[in-house]
Amino acid sequence: MKIGTAGSKESNDCFITVKESDKTEITIESIVAAFFYDQIKETIENTLKELDVKNVIVVVEDKGALDYTIKSRLISAIKRMN
Amino acid sequence: MFRSLLFIPSNNPSMIQNADIFSADGIIFDLEDSVDISEKDNARNLLMNYLNEGTNYPSLIVLRINPVETEFFLNDLELLKTQKINYVLLPKADIESLKILDRHLSTYEEKYKLDKIKVIVLTETTNSIIEIDQIAKHKRVEGILLGAEDLCNELEINRTNEGNEILFARSKVIYACTANNIIAIDTPNTSIDNEELLKKDCLNAKNLGMKAKSAIHPNQLEIINDIFSPSKDEIDWAIKVIKEKEKNLSKGAFSVDGKMIDKPLLMKADKIINKAKLYHLI
Amino acid sequence: MINGINRFIPDNLKPFKTNNSYLDMKRTLINKKEKQFETVFLNNIESAFDYFNIKSNQCLSFHHHLRNGDNVLQQVSEVVKRRDLRNMHFAPSSIFPSYTNLADLILNGNVTDIHTNYLNGKVAEVIGQGYLKGKLIMNTHGGRARAIESGDLKIDVAFLACPTVDKFGNGTGAFGPSACGTLGYAISDLEYAKKVILVTDNLVDKLDEYQFDGAYVDAVIVVDSIGNSEGIVSGTTKLTKDPIGLKIAKDCANVINQLGLIKNNFSMQTGAGKISLAVVKYIQDIMNQKNITGSFASGGITKSYVDMLNKGLFKELYDVQCFDLDAVKSYHLNKNHKAMSASKYGNPFEKNPICNRLSFVILGATEIDLDFNVNVTTDSWGNIIGGSGGHADVAHGADVTVIISPLFKSRIPIIKDKVITVTTPGNDIDILVTERGIAVNPERKDILKTLENSGLPIYTIKELYNLAHSITGIPAKIKHSDEIIGYVEYRDGTYIDCIYKVI
Repeated sequence: MKIGTAGSKESNDCFITVKESDKTEITIESIVAAFFYDQIKETIENTLKELDVKNVIVVVEDKGALDYTIKSRLISAIKRMN
Repeated sequence: MFRSLLFIPSNNPSMIQNADIFSADGIIFDLEDSVDISEKDNARNLLMNYLNEGTNYPSLIVLRINPVETEFFLNDLELLKTQKINYVLLPKADIESLKILDRHLSTYEEKYKLDKIKVIVLTETTNSIIEIDQIAKHKRVEGILLGAEDLCNELEINRTNEGNEILFARSKVIYACTANNIIAIDTPNTSIDNEELLKKDCLNAKNLGMKAKSAIHPNQLEIINDIFSPSKDEIDWAIKVIKEKEKNLSKGAFSVDGKMIDKPLLMKADKIINKAKLYHLI
Repeated sequence: MINGINRFIPDNLKPFKTNNSYLDMKRTLINKKEKQFETVFLNNIESAFDYFNIKSNQCLSFHHHLRNGDNVLQQVSEVVKRRDLRNMHFAPSSIFPSYTNLADLILNGNVTDIHTNYLNGKVAEVIGQGYLKGKLIMNTHGGRARAIESGDLKIDVAFLACPTVDKFGNGTGAFGPSACGTLGYAISDLEYAKKVILVTDNLVDKLDEYQFDGAYVDAVIVVDSIGNSEGIVSGTTKLTKDPIGLKIAKDCANVINQLGLIKNNFSMQTGAGKISLAVVKYIQDIMNQKNITGSFASGGITKSYVDMLNKGLFKELYDVQCFDLDAVKSYHLNKNHKAMSASKYGNPFEKNPICNRLSFVILGATEIDLDFNVNVTTDSWGNIIGGSGGHADVAHGADVTVIISPLFKSRIPIIKDKVITVTTPGNDIDILVTERGIAVNPERKDILKTLENSGLPIYTIKELYNLAHSITGIPAKIKHSDEIIGYVEYRDGTYIDCIYKVI
């Protein structure tokens, strides 16, 4: 099964795991979930759309990463998966 | 013109998000030595998205790419598309790799309609020092950064606090830069906690003719900026000279503090004032 | 009803009006303690419970000078549990993570009410989850003194840890195996509690100098150990090396300097955080450059201030608590390192409390809002993580109050629309210094004018708020439940805010 991971669990970073699947599922665990859960989800969804990637399980472990960090870690994880 | 350049590992979000507030005159986003081979893609993506979508940037951005013979070189150049890179820093440089880079940069400029991409060369091998005059003459090169750690490894000698072992290399860089009107940038100092050692090293470099220094930690910047700025005495003198000049516009020559001010000294005073203004010292 | 700072307060409590309302209030004083019998010497804590007939529904108080190394509150808690006393009211001046026995007492219903100025650790968690069946009141250091002297906080028995006690019942914290320095927070308890018990592990014949006057002391208990003086070091006494923290510190010292506040005979106070310590260092550099001698530094005292006193940079130190062992030593040996009681430090009804004599104070915050109200009681989620301590007192008294903080921490901006809990009202907060800019309270037109041409990055607080959002994104607003788990009492005895259970 194709899996890609990128990032780290350091402060201001996030660790993203992407797995091939039969549908798209996004799981987000964040230390700032109370404030930014929706925003993180939107960033993931938008990036998947931009890359036209479907049918992946995305697991995000976030330590307060900014949007561009989340986006770039996701892109790296997806590229590594393929 | 700049006094300090701070190296920041491009795979480190904490440092990237603060890049614009460190007091360095310029930031070197590094894709080479501070990024693990397995993370080159990750670092590139992070830097690309930061430059495209972030909101606060340093005023001067340098990109240290990977050496031309690596598999990463071409992908690194893609970052130029962001149009936010002021200089490309070429590591392990010699005249050959500089020519290769030059060709690729010209292609990029045409393809993406970019302004002329400027280069700073990182001279860190004996070969590079031997070729330094040719390198400094190259039309793209606007500065030379000395990389003494790698150089000393090659020579199989130790770096010391006094720096005698790199006197020759420093001088070669300084002369080549000065003769070609480009900026001579000193090698980083690896002591982060020892302010005295850093100060001595900076003064040493400055007194030989280095115009700037690279830093590997933000806490080094205050000392570096201070030493490579015009001093208060120099600024006071320069202000005096300009004032006297204005009083003596009709006369050809005039004196300040008992010394004749001729054209070279006038130019020196102008340079000092410009630097002082640039660094918000006046 | 809604109080003067726009916060809901239940009708049965006196609502906060303004930070100056105390000027129109009269000082209320109950009678100071008058001891009836000679000081009794007891062997253990349990016997004190018998001797003084300590029973359910009573109020026991403590000080927190041994901080996380305190063993007295722990030992007293054990006895309360063993005797299964119920509905007790505990009033420790602060509560530290090591006070785990108290958490058990709360869960068990032995303790139903708490009055304190700072709250952290297991006890904070347990209260946050709603287990305290009675009231939590969070006060300021000066306000607690006011509450005790006015009879608002009636203490039945004060158990005061005291590093060295003599045969006359006099006590000092200056030396002894568990030395902790000045005992400033305990003075009101000493003078007004119905019964006062000193708990010590070092009994001597006669003390020539003492902070606790035996005339107030009913009993002395000698135990094996009252605590561990290494627990005093709270882990925040090393100055920051983080470049962002250093930038904030440097900019803060710069602002203070530009305002002309560093001049001969100035006075200052800072918090004990890492960034605050760096500020002290930069101010020291400026003082050395300009050859300035300050009159005093005050507050919780650390080695940094002791060094400055020894170098002659300050004439005196006014110490309400020692934050490290260097401070303890200096207090013991240096006549110019003086103790101050919580009352003399920050009680608004004292004639000229030390806090009113400050040229400036540098403080932290967990949140600050667009009205400059500051929260140091709860974190951005609403969990109790601290409390005013002296914050609201010194913020009011100092000529200039500066808050230092990163603009955002782990993506969460520090500037909010409204803080979750108001600890210190915005009228007492003058300047916010962050690594990306400085905001000045618009009420301080004098400061704005002076800093106009300083070259410093001055913004409105709204601009910094927007700047943070442009970097982090706009955070969702935290909803709190309607369940009140505590009250924030302002230094004048009115109520400034409520603390709600986190959903």
